[in-house]
Order: sequence, then C-alpha cells, then structure tokens
Amino acid sequence: MSAIADDIVRVAVVEKARGYWTDVGRRLVGDPVSVVCAGVLLLIMAGAIFAPYLGLADPYQGSMIRRLRPLGTAGYPLGTDELGRDMLSRLVHGGRLSLLIGLVPVGLAFVIGTTLGIIAGYVGGLLNQAIMRVVDVFYAFPAVLLAIAISGALGAGIVNSVLSLTIIFIPPVVRVAESVTTSVRGLDFVDAARASGAGPLTIMRVHVLGNVLGPIFVYATSLISVCMIFGAGLSFLGLGTKPPEPEWGLMLNTLRTAIYVNPWVAALPGVMIFTVSICFNLLSDGMRSAMDVRD
Amino acid sequence: MLAYVAKRLVLVAPVVLAVALVCFLLVHIAPGDPLVSVLPPDASAELAEQMRRAYGFDRPLPVQFAMWVWNALHGNLGTSIATGRSVVEEVSRAVGNTLRLACVAAFLGFVFGLLFGFLAGYFRGGVIDRLVTTIAITGVSMPHYWLGMVLVIIFSVQLGWLPAVGAGPGGWAWDWEHVTHMILPAVTMSVIPMGLVTRTVRALVGDLLSQEFVLALRAKGLSKVRIFVHVAKNAAPTILAVLGLQLGYLFGGSILIETVFSWPGTGFLLNSAIFQRDLPLLQGTILVLALFFVLLNLVVDILQAAIDPRIKRS
Amino acid sequence: MSATDALDPVADVGGPQQPLLAVSGLSKSFAVRGGLFRHGGVVRAVDDVSFSVDKGEVLGIVGESGCGKSTTARLIIGLIDPDGGEIAFDGEPVGPALSLRELRRRVQMVFQDSYASLNPRLTVEDTIAFGPKVHGITPAEARERAHELLRKVGLDPALFAGRYPHELSGGQRQRINIARALALAPRLVILDEAVSALDKSVEAQVLNLLLDLKDELGLTYVFISHDLNVVRFISDRVVVMYLGEVVESGPVESLWADARHPYTRALLAAMPSLDPDRRTREAPIAGDPPNPINPPEGCRFHTRCPYAEPVCSAAAPKLMPTGTDRHAAACHMVDPASGHSKAAPLRESENA
Repeated sequence: MSAIADDIVRVAVVEKARGYWTDVGRRLVGDPVSVVCAGVLLLIMAGAIFAPYLGLADPYQGSMIRRLRPLGTAGYPLGTDELGRDMLSRLVHGGRLSLLIGLVPVGLAFVIGTTLGIIAGYVGGLLNQAIMRVVDVFYAFPAVLLAIAISGALGAGIVNSVLSLTIIFIPPVVRVAESVTTSVRGLDFVDAARASGAGPLTIMRVHVLGNVLGPIFVYATSLISVCMIFGAGLSFLGLGTKPPEPEWGLMLNTLRTAIYVNPWVAALPGVMIFTVSICFNLLSDGMRSAMDVRD
Repeated sequence: MLAYVAKRLVLVAPVVLAVALVCFLLVHIAPGDPLVSVLPPDASAELAEQMRRAYGFDRPLPVQFAMWVWNALHGNLGTSIATGRSVVEEVSRAVGNTLRLACVAAFLGFVFGLLFGFLAGYFRGGVIDRLVTTIAITGVSMPHYWLGMVLVIIFSVQLGWLPAVGAGPGGWAWDWEHVTHMILPAVTMSVIPMGLVTRTVRALVGDLLSQEFVLALRAKGLSKVRIFVHVAKNAAPTILAVLGLQLGYLFGGSILIETVFSWPGTGFLLNSAIFQRDLPLLQGTILVLALFFVLLNLVVDILQAAIDPRIKRS
Repeated sequence: MSATDALDPVADVGGPQQPLLAVSGLSKSFAVRGGLFRHGGVVRAVDDVSFSVDKGEVLGIVGESGCGKSTTARLIIGLIDPDGGEIAFDGEPVGPALSLRELRRRVQMVFQDSYASLNPRLTVEDTIAFGPKVHGITPAEARERAHELLRKVGLDPALFAGRYPHELSGGQRQRINIARALALAPRLVILDEAVSALDKSVEAQVLNLLLDLKDELGLTYVFISHDLNVVRFISDRVVVMYLGEVVESGPVESLWADARHPYTRALLAAMPSLDPDRRTREAPIAGDPPNPINPPEGCRFHTRCPYAEPVCSAAAPKLMPTGTDRHAAACHMVDPASGHSKAAPLRESENA
C-alpha cells in the first residue's frame, strides 16, 4: 500500500484548478478500460439497489428437492444453492450487503482518516507525533490479522465487520493525508494566509482541504477492492454476515462443501467479488493516470 | 552500522509493548464473560469463582495485563481453555506448518514476480508488458480464498491430481505425499505477493532504466549485463522491503487459505480459537503472529540499511 | 462606522521622527538533526540583527542565499517566533503592546512569484478577499474591495476577478500578490524577492507599480533581494547581511560610492562589468561560503577577506558608525580601537 501512497504524494501539489477536474474527467472518459469498468460497476450497483423490483425469485425461499441444480436449469439460470435457493436472485441481492461492507468502511475511513491526517499535518509538533505514533502501532499488525482479531473479539455480524474494517483502513489514509498536508503546508500561499491573521481552522478549511482532498480520494478508492475482499473474507470465515442473508462471502462459505457436487455454482459468488474488485482497481488506476498530469 | 541496529532495537521496544497491549485489550473488548465458554451451564457459583480466580479474571485489568506480560516473558502464554494443552505448545506446533507454507508461497511469488516484473519493466509498453500487468492486477484483485476453491475444483475434484485438504498424515516431512498437499495452498497464497512484487519490480525497473545515470553508463559503453547489475543493486532495497512485507502478510494473513485447505497452521488455530472463544489461545496466537511481523519488519529495515547507505544516515 | 472604515490603515502613533519599524537584537536559530555519524548542530540563521525603518522610506536588505534575509522577513511579520530580540512597530513593541493579529493589520508581505504563492483553487478575487473576510468584512464588501485593489494594481476586475492563478502570467500573478498584501491596508510592506522570478521588462513594470503605490498610499517598504541593481534602484537605505548578521548599513548611494565592509565591496565588485574598457579579470571574492552550522570564529567573513588579520578571528566586530550619515559597518577596519592595522581614527579614503 505504501508504494501507492508515494505516487499519490507526488501528484499532490496541483498546478491547475479550474478546468483541472474537467480535464481529468475528459481523460477518464477517453480511457476504454475505465469506461468499461465504470459501466460494469454501475450495472452491478444498479442491480443491488433495485433488486427487490427486478422480478427475481425470493432469495430466501428454498426447497431441498431443488438443491444444487447446475447452471442453465429451467427457471434457475444460474442454478440453486445448497438450500435450493435461486442463485441468480441471491447473487443480485447479495450485492447489497457485499457492496455495503466493501464501500462503507472505506468511506468512513476516508472521512476520519482525512480529518486526523490534515490536523496532524497542519499542526505538526507534538500532536503530529502523537497521532502518527498511534498509527504506527496499527501498522505493526498485518491488516488481515487485525481485522480478524477485532471481528473475532467483537463477534460476528455486519456492524462489527464494518467497524473492524474501518479501523484497519484509517491508518493508511491518515498517513497519506498527513504526508500530503505537510507538503501543502510548506507552500507560500499558506504562509500568506497565516500572515493575514487567519486561524488554523479557517486556513485548513479554505486553503488546505481543497488542495489535499483529490489525492487522498484517489488513494481511498484504491482501498475499495481490498476492503471488498477482506469483507467477504470475514464473512467467509463466519465472522461477518450471518445466514440466511445473501452475501457473496457468506455464500462462498456455505457452498464450500458443494464443490464436490456442483463446483461451478459453488464458485459463482467468488466471480462477483473478483469482478467488482478488479473493476475498482482498474478504475482507481485510471483515475490516478488521469490525475497524474505532466506537461 | 551497529549504532543503527541499536537505535532500531530501542525504537522497537515501545512498539512491542503497544502490540502486546492491543493483543491483550482485543480480547477484553469481547462482549460476554470469557468464563462462559469453559464452565458447564449449570455450574455452581462456587465453581465459577474458583475458575475465575484460577484464570485470573477476577483481578483489575492493568494487573491482568502485567501478569500476562510477565508470564509471556517467561514463556508461559497460558492454557488453552478448549484443549487444556499449553498455548505455547499449540502455537509452536502450528507455527512450523505456517512458516513452511508461507516461505514456499513467498518464494514462488517472489521468483515469478521478479521475473514477470523485470520482463515487463524492460520491455515497457510492449505486449509482454501489457500481459504481465494484466496478470499482476488480476492477482492483486483476486479474493485468494476463492482462488483456492477454484484450484481445488480443478485439480482435486475434476482432475483428482492433488489433495484438497490437510497437510498430510502425521507430522511434517519433505516427502512427496506431504509436498502434494502443499502445492495448492502454496500456489494460492503466492498469487497476491506475486502480483505486488510484479508491479513494484516493473515500476522500479522501468524507472531506473530511464534515469540519467543509466544513460551515462550506456554512454560509457558498459555492456548490458553490467548495466543490469547496476540496476539490480539500486532496486534491491525496495524489492527487499516488498519481499519482507509480503512474508509478514503471508504469515499473519494465512488464516483464510489455511481455512480453505484445512492446513494445520497458526491461521487455522486462530480460527478455532475464535469460534470456541478460547481466549488464552486467541491472545497467545495473535501475539506470536504480530510479534513475528514486527521482528520481520525490523530485520528488513536493518538489511535495507546495510544495502542502501542513504538510509543509515536518516 | 462603515465596514470599510474597519480596514483603513492603522493611525500613525509616533509622528514622522519615530521609525515605523525598529528591530533590535533579533535572533533565530534552527536545530539541525544530527545523523548517527554527525553531531547535530545549530544554524544561527539570524544572529543579533538590529536595524530600523523610517516612515515612508524603502529599506533594502541584500545578501547571498542563506544569509538570513528571508528568515528576518518572516520574523518581522510573525510567521516564525524569534528566539530573542524585540520588534517594535511605530514605537509599540510586538508582544506586550501589539498582538500578532494587530501586527498583521500593520505589516504585510509580498512573496516571490512562484506557483506556490497563490492557492490554485481560489479565484483571484477570493484570494484577495480572504484577508478582509478574516477580519470581519462581509463577503460582498470584501469582493468590492478586491475589485478596487485590482484596479489599483493595473488589472481590470471584469477580466481578472474570476480567473485562476494558472490562467495568469508571472507579472499578473505578482500584481495579485501585491493586491493581496494591500487588502488589509498595511502601513509596512515587506517584499521578499518580489521581482526575482520575473522577466526583466515585467520586473521594471512591477517596480514602477510598487513605487506608485508607495506614493499613493503612503507606504513604507522593506525590500529584500539578492539583485543589487534592483535594490539600488528602489531603496533609500540598504542593509547588507552575511551569515545571519548585519555587516553594513547606510544610505544607498553612500554604500555604492564608498562601501566600508569588504564583503559589500566584494558584492558590488562581483557585478559583471558592462564596460569593455574595465573588464573584470579576477573573481572578486575567494573561497567557498562557510558552513552555516559552524560559522568561523570572530568575524564570520574573515576566511574570505583579503584584509584579514589575527584580530579578525579573535573577536567579532560590532556595527560601528563610519562617520558619514547613518552609514555603519561591522568591520575591525572601521573601529579605531580594534587593533587592526588598517583601522585609523581618520577616515580612510581607500577604495579597493
């Protein structure tokens, strides 16, 4: 994760403002890979949001007679799971929880991490040391281990998963935010703002925030795919969503024993996780290239 | 150099303490009485009190922490509530298995990552580059536990070539039977490190090749081989760091793969500790894993400083 | 009281004889992190610096990079805290009598033009209006004020108010910098290398603008630069700094005609000669600039001075008047009691 952070810091000091974001947008739209990924993601997200209205089978309704039907069965295009529930419906509905667990922790970590990082970067001194040392302690743990440990301690459940994932993503965001803020802080226009007599909060809001949010945001988006994988992983271990909710990670867990009977149905939820993850990764890369302007 | 090592050791001490504290607190934020998992449901209040005192749950938290650290320093991490064996014994049995798996996976990931990354960086922009980059991104975006399942489907269920679970009968031995058990989990675990190493090496090689000092070397007339050696020496510290990091992640994050393949390592142990709410085992396992990670980072830092003189002075 | 009254220049306190700015004994040191194999040191960036600025004059501060002139500027305006010394504005000492906030209504700074001097995300008018808004002016009036200032610096608000910094040329950006500095109606403006990054023709325009504004608004300037020609053009008096100390000060023509400190003479001689009959043959100054962490003992310039004698490394010279009006130099050759062979009670008319 840190190699990416170094790239981000180099992009940090922006030379252009107006027209900058439209330029970025234009470049993004012109990149076929980014467009395809964005399209796929929008499709999946739309499916997740409108799932109840799409006329699909009931994702909770199963029948033991119809369990583990293969792909292409009449009426069940993607087969059925180990309790006879329609896979297509469960996959589409599963998107709701899976995307939630993948996006919300990153969103929360973005907000909390950016705030802490900007304060640490701007104020400097002891406060900076205090915040960054605490962050270092979290870096002393491998992320997966920490997430599992926290989830394990708190117990299974979506809320606990989101909580533990948020906690492990705050430190990297704080690091990037602090780094970018420190480099912006040293620029003359911040000194000029201080010389006008403005207080630190005003300066952070007016002068620092706008110049710092972009790179941090791009970095945060690169974390989404990791969060999706970790989140589904927690459910896979039984630490996340509880049955009978449809969620891709949990589905992988319950379908594990089914690989001997109907392997391809068992593998389907993973396909969803993989697709969403790689699309977010490619999109994030595309955004970074679009922002990394060198004239 | 020695001074640098000493300095790093001193700096690591508070980190170790903080790690121990977090491990300790982690378990105590858990809701519910830890004693519940041990006692039969109809236990008398007297029995509960006895057990409570025996496990030390009746003392105030800071005292418990101090006791725990003291014991840990003497090699006693408590007794597993579920199995009754000492935590140290359980963990040391599992650590060996995980270490073997992680090292093999790291080796595979590193070797292939280096190879692919170098090819991609050297032939930047070409077809090879695009192919390799795609593989790398795929590797990094893949939920590895799912990959494990897919590999099991292909190689165990459909083709029947390789076993799907376990590490083989009895203790470990480097014989064919045991190695076949290791192939699938190791390959699965190697994918993410391979993806990361490929990306890093590609960026590094591409970067270095375009830097001016390489042009200067070419102008001096150095052969391609000598340039390669120069590039390698410059890239070594970063690659080393990435490798070290990967090893740490593999070791600490092996739980998912070990669950898929029922590989009897520390991850598997962690899993059972969580589900059986076996707090001493949980604490002990997390502590060992985290400390290993810290130790690994320290070793990587020192090696880096040994190779790259710029770091020593910072 | 209308809002714009709140941003009128602060009233004069001490009368025309009172210096607008009096700096005495100003010091600032920075700790340098020692490596493992290097002892940590201290850079005495500004060391016991004293000077004053009269109302309505332009004081130039010259010196090479690293001599402490920018640090001095930032100390005056309160962006850095001094380790020692006192700053008094119009007789009122900063700290006891003047808070930082009050100081900033009196002193402002124009920064060197670079991409970093203006916030790339704010429009020109937002940048200029920021200061007034901080001091309580309503947004609408702050914008009006910004437009007025744009006109004053020669830019049409209709064309420029809504632009972003990357849409401006270097000269235009500097005008914005000046407008921003004037937004709080200061009486003293510090110009830190304000024209150094500009093309020569643009530099001339901006310098003329600065002089016009000074007359129109009754301003006082402290002009910091390493370019001696520009300093000569714009300054009334000049202070020369070397390695954190003031080595010479005086009226500009007096300095140019008869520099008394060897460093000043070297600086002046270092300007390449434009006269083909008097070509520069040798570099006028020898040696490398010493390490600021461990400045030489005694007089900091003695390692590069052609007139150095043992007394120069033994004792540091004090700033002493040379006899002519307010012209002082910190050199043993000026002090009759120093023991230097060239020091004499009578003025030397030698000009090397």
